[in-house]
Amino acid sequence: MATPDPTVVERVERAAEPAPTPEPAPASTFQVKNLSVWYGDKRAIDDVTLDVASDAVTAIIGPSGCGKSTFLRCLNRMHELVPKTRVEGTVFLQGEDLYSSDVDPAIVRRRVGMVFQKSNPFPTMSIGENVVIGLRLNGVRSQKFLNERLEKSLRMAALWDEVKDDLHKAGTSLSGGQQQRLCIARALAVEPEVLLMDEPCSALDPIATAKIEELIYELKAHYTIVTVTHNMQQAGRISDYTAFFYLGRLIEFGPTTKIFTNPNERQTEDYITGRFG
Amino acid sequence: MHSKRADNHTWRTIKSGLASTVAFISALLVIAPLGLVFFHLLVNGASSVNWDFFTKLPTPVGTPGGGMVNAIVGSLELLAFASIIGIPIGVLGGVYLGEYGSARVNSVLRFIADVLNGVPSITWGVVVYGLVVLRFKGFSAYAGGLALGLIMIPLITRTTEEVVLLVPNGYREAALALGVSRWKTIVHIVIKTASRGIITGILLALARVGGETAPLLFTAFGNRFWNHSLSQPIAALPLQIFTYAISPYDDWHRQAWAGALVLVTGIFCVNVLVRILTRGRTASIV
Amino acid sequence: MDATTGPAIAAVELQSARRAMAPPSRFGDKAFEWLTLLMALGLVVLVILLGWELWRGSSLAVRKFGFHFLTTSTWDPVGEQFGALPFIYGTLVSSLVALLIAVPLSIATAAYLTELAPLWIRQPLVSLIEMLAAIPSVILGLWGIFVMIPWLRDYPFPLLKRLFGWTPFFTGPIYGPSMLAGGIIIAIMILPIITSISREILRSVPNLQREAAYALGATRWEATRIAVLSYAKNGLFGAVILGLGRALGETMAVTMVIGNTPQIAASLFKPGYTLASVIANEFTEATTDMYLQALFEIGLVLFGITILSNLLAQLLLHTMSTTFTTRAVQ
Repeated sequence: MATPDPTVVERVERAAEPAPTPEPAPASTFQVKNLSVWYGDKRAIDDVTLDVASDAVTAIIGPSGCGKSTFLRCLNRMHELVPKTRVEGTVFLQGEDLYSSDVDPAIVRRRVGMVFQKSNPFPTMSIGENVVIGLRLNGVRSQKFLNERLEKSLRMAALWDEVKDDLHKAGTSLSGGQQQRLCIARALAVEPEVLLMDEPCSALDPIATAKIEELIYELKAHYTIVTVTHNMQQAGRISDYTAFFYLGRLIEFGPTTKIFTNPNERQTEDYITGRFG
Repeated sequence: MHSKRADNHTWRTIKSGLASTVAFISALLVIAPLGLVFFHLLVNGASSVNWDFFTKLPTPVGTPGGGMVNAIVGSLELLAFASIIGIPIGVLGGVYLGEYGSARVNSVLRFIADVLNGVPSITWGVVVYGLVVLRFKGFSAYAGGLALGLIMIPLITRTTEEVVLLVPNGYREAALALGVSRWKTIVHIVIKTASRGIITGILLALARVGGETAPLLFTAFGNRFWNHSLSQPIAALPLQIFTYAISPYDDWHRQAWAGALVLVTGIFCVNVLVRILTRGRTASIV
Repeated sequence: MDATTGPAIAAVELQSARRAMAPPSRFGDKAFEWLTLLMALGLVVLVILLGWELWRGSSLAVRKFGFHFLTTSTWDPVGEQFGALPFIYGTLVSSLVALLIAVPLSIATAAYLTELAPLWIRQPLVSLIEMLAAIPSVILGLWGIFVMIPWLRDYPFPLLKRLFGWTPFFTGPIYGPSMLAGGIIIAIMILPIITSISREILRSVPNLQREAAYALGATRWEATRIAVLSYAKNGLFGAVILGLGRALGETMAVTMVIGNTPQIAASLFKPGYTLASVIANEFTEATTDMYLQALFEIGLVLFGITILSNLLAQLLLHTMSTTFTTRAVQ
C-alpha cells in the first residue's frame, strides 16, 4: 500500500489546484458568508452565514420547502444545474472562494462529494465499474491504481466484504441499502474533503438506515459531513451540529445537544417539539 | 311491462354493442391487407427464392432465369453509405436537442424535423439529382446513398432526442457531482444509458430507407451488372422489384415476387429485432 | 464493523487520487456543445437545401409558364408546353378518395383499440398495424398490379358500376388501373399512420373525461363518443391531415396502379396521373432542359403542398398537447 505509483508521482506536477502549502487546516472546513440564492425571481436562500466544522457531522433540518436541499447544493455548486439561478455572497472551502470566477465547478465537485436521496448506481455498469467511474472519467488510467481505490472505497463504505466476489455484477442487482453504500463508495473514490448527503436514508428501511448511520459515524473521523434530513430523530442521533432552516433563512445553528434541548429561538423550539412541520 | 326508460336503455345498449362491432370490423379491415399481401408474397414468391436468386446476376432482357444478387448487395452498400451520413449527424443532433438548447430553439428544430419527416421521399431524389447527378454528370451509388442518408437524418434525430430525454436526471447529477465534465457525462453516462434506444431508432430508420424506391430512381438508377465503383450506377432491391414488376415478362414478374418476399423478410427481421431490444427495456430502468 | 475493515484503516493516503486525476477541460464542454449544435442545425440546412434546389432547378420553367403552370392541362414534352393541372387533379382526387376510405376505418380502429377492445387483443393488433406500416410502397404496388387490380376489375368495380353508374363517378369502361385503384392503394398505405396517431391522441384524453361520462350512466359507445372523440376533435383532425400529407406524397404504389394517363375525368374508373408519379416515370426520360425544369417545378409544387399540409397537421396536433410527439409510424 505504501509504494508510490509512478503515474501518481508524475501527476503531482499537474496538480489542478495551487500547490498545497503545509498550513494547518482551519477548524471549520466551510465558511458560508451571506449566501443568497434566487431561482428566477424567487428567493430560495436568504442571507445565510455559518461555519461548517471539520471532521464532524452537521445536520440541516427544517420543514419542506425551507431551502435545505438548495443550501446543500450550494456547497458543491450543484444548484447551478437549474437554469436561471443567481447567487450573492459566497462559500469558502479551506479558505478558498468556491464561487470566484476562475474556479471550475467540476474541481469543486471533486473536493465536495455528494450522495443523493434516491440511490443511483449507473445502470449500464457493474459494481466495480460504478465505484471507479469518477476516477476513470476524470482521467485516471492506471488499472493498478483503480483497483486499489476500488477496494479502499468499498471498505470505507463498509461494503467490501459483501460484494468483493461480485464486483462484476450489475450495480442495480444490490439491495436498496447496499446501493446507497455503493453510491457512497463511488463518491469517496475521488477523495473529496467533504461529503454532502441529501436525505440519504429516506428511501431505506430501518435496518439499512441503521447501517448507513453507523457508516456516517465512522466516516466523520476523516471527512466533514453535511447531511440534510427531514427526520429529526436521525439528526439528533448522528449529528454534532444542527442548522435549522425555515423559508430560506437560517433560524438557528449550534451544537446538536443545545438545539434539541435548549434552543435559543422560539421557532426552533416549535419545530423540534412538533408544533409545526 | 316495459317502461319507456327501460326501452331507451335497451336501445342504447344495443347501439353500444353495434358500435363496438363496427369498430371491431374496422380493425379487421385495417389489418386485412397485411394478411393478403403476405399470403400472396408467399404463394407467388416462395418458390422463386432459391439459390439462383441469391447468387446470379440478372439475365439479358427477355431471357428467363438469373437472380438478383447485385441488387441485394447494392442495397446493402447504399445502406452502409447512407448510415455514414445519417447516423453521426442524426445521433449528435438528437443529443443536442435532448441535452442542450433552449425550449424555444429546440421546439423550432423539432418542428422542422417533423416536417422533414413528412416530405415525400421522391423529393429527396429530385434534390440529390440536382446536387450530385447533374454536377457529376452521372448516376452513382454516392447519389443514392446520399439521398437515403438525408432521409435518415431527421428520423434518427427525433428518436435519439426522445430516448435521451428519457434518461433519468439522477444519473446526470450523480456524474456531475463526481466532478466529471459535462461532455463526458453526456457521452459516457447519458448516451451509454440510452444506447439501446438509440440503436433501435437507427435500426428502424434503416428498415425504413431500405425499402425506399423513389429516391433511388434517378440517383442510384439501378444496374444490370455488378457495380465496380461508387461513382457508377448501382442496383438496389426495391428498384429491381419495380423494374421487373412493370415489365412485360412473366419470368421477371416471378422474380419480382421473390425479391419482394426477400425484402419484406429483411425488413421484418429488423423490426422483430427492434421489438426484442425494446422488450428488455421495460425491465430495466430507462 | 471492526477496526480492520472499517473506514479507519482504509482512509490512509489522502490526496493521491486528487493528483492522479486530470484537470477538467472546459474546452471539451464547449467543443462538444458546438459539435452537436452544428449537427442539429443540419436540419435547418436540409430544409433550405430542399427548397433552394427545387427552386433553382425549376426557375426557367417558372419564368416561362408562370401561374399558368398550375392551371393548364397540356403536357406536351415535344412541343415543350407543360401544364400541371392533370397531375394536381390526380393527386388531390386520389388522396381524397384515400381519405374517404381510410379515415372512418382508422378512427374506428383507434377508438376500438383504446376504448372498446378487450385488453388481451390490443397489443397484438397494434403490432400487426405497425407491421403493415413497415411494408414498402413498391411491394404494395406489386401486390396491387397482380392481385388487387384483377380482383377489382372482376368484382367490386362492376358492382359499383351497376349500383352507381348513373353518377358521373362510376361511368365508362373498366380497365383496372384507375383513379379509384390509386385511391384504394393509398388508403391502405395511410391506414397505419392515421390509426396510430389517432390512437395516441385518444390515449392522451384524460381519464377524468371518461369517468365523468360513465358516472352519468353512459354506455361504452356513448362515453367514447361524448367524452373522448369530441374532446379529441382537434387532434384527430390533425391525424387526418397528417394522413393527407402522406397520401399526397405517395409515389411507388400509386404509380403502379393508377394508369399514368394525364387526363382530367370525373369517372373514377378512368386512369389518372399524380404529381409524384409523373416525376417517377418521366424524370429519366426528360430529354430537354425545359422538360427537366418542368418536372423540377412539379417537384416544387409537390413539396409545397406536402409542407403546407404537414404544417397544418403539426399545428393541430400541438394544440392538443404540448408534449405530443409525432414520431410514431412515418
